[in-house]
Amino acid sequence: MLLKMVQKSSELFTLTYGALVTQLCKDYENDEDVNKQLDKMGYNIGVRLIEDFLARSNVGRCHDFRETADVIAKVAFKMYLGITPSITNWSPAGDEFSLILENNPLVDFVELPDNHSSLIYSNLLCGVLRGALEMVQMAVDVKFVQDTLKGDGVTEIRMKFVKRIEDNLPAGEE
Amino acid sequence: MTVHNLYLFDRNGICLHYSEWHRKKQAGISKEEEFKLMYGMLFSMRSFVGKMSPVDMKDGFLAFQTSKYKLHYYETPSGLKVVMNTDLGVGNIRDVLHQIYSNIYVEFVVKNPLCSLSEPIQSELFRAKLDGFIRGLPFFSARAG
Repeated sequence: MLLKMVQKSSELFTLTYGALVTQLCKDYENDEDVNKQLDKMGYNIGVRLIEDFLARSNVGRCHDFRETADVIAKVAFKMYLGITPSITNWSPAGDEFSLILENNPLVDFVELPDNHSSLIYSNLLCGVLRGALEMVQMAVDVKFVQDTLKGDGVTEIRMKFVKRIEDNLPAGEE
Repeated sequence: MTVHNLYLFDRNGICLHYSEWHRKKQAGISKEEEFKLMYGMLFSMRSFVGKMSPVDMKDGFLAFQTSKYKLHYYETPSGLKVVMNTDLGVGNIRDVLHQIYSNIYVEFVVKNPLCSLSEPIQSELFRAKLDGFIRGLPFFSARAG
């Protein structure tokens, strides 16, 4: 019963997202612009979603990027999308990793038409990840490097740690 | 036991919300000055506690007390700060401060798309819920004073 409800509401999200992407493709001639809008919307969602996430999960501050990767894959993706991506391809410096999504719930009913080859369908996710991490003082580069929609075997999101955002004393204080 | 007042600061030091219940003595400066003074103190306290600690800390700065009142401090990983002053009889109230964050701030500010996250909170609903929550606390006492 509960599982059914969860599935229903996740379908609602998937279909709503699909309608959004369709509309953006109508509104913008260029796929790059659609990608940009999706990323921006995702960012705006991410900066709010992080608060919901922290309030619900009671996860504390992460002390390194590996811990961050674990929380994203095992707690956050599970909580919001019901999936647990695997974490692979660590760079030797430990500042880069990949999330492998076996099944991306955003693309459940999607076939990309040929004339949208540069559209990054699920680019909203990149914005969400970037926005949410920025709020916990991590500047991170997020992008899709593989996508099943484009014929790749798996969907892979690459995360690259850029820098720690230091908090400053507000202007006018000393 | 008593709750004196409550401040909410964002990660940039902006006072998002202030409310008071039993405060007999005012600071004698403008509220803006008071917020800045308070935030500056918290900021310094946090860095002081971090630098002076001889061991690795988990939670950092939690509270301090004087002969007359106790200041409770709670900070989320996203930098939101909940600060509550009570009298000395109140023990550890981390869970209460976390509830203010998760059940009131997140529910009625973050989830309200019309509330900007970096400006003082205007939402009446938020104020009402917060006030109701504080008045319902077991250590909130209206007869105190």
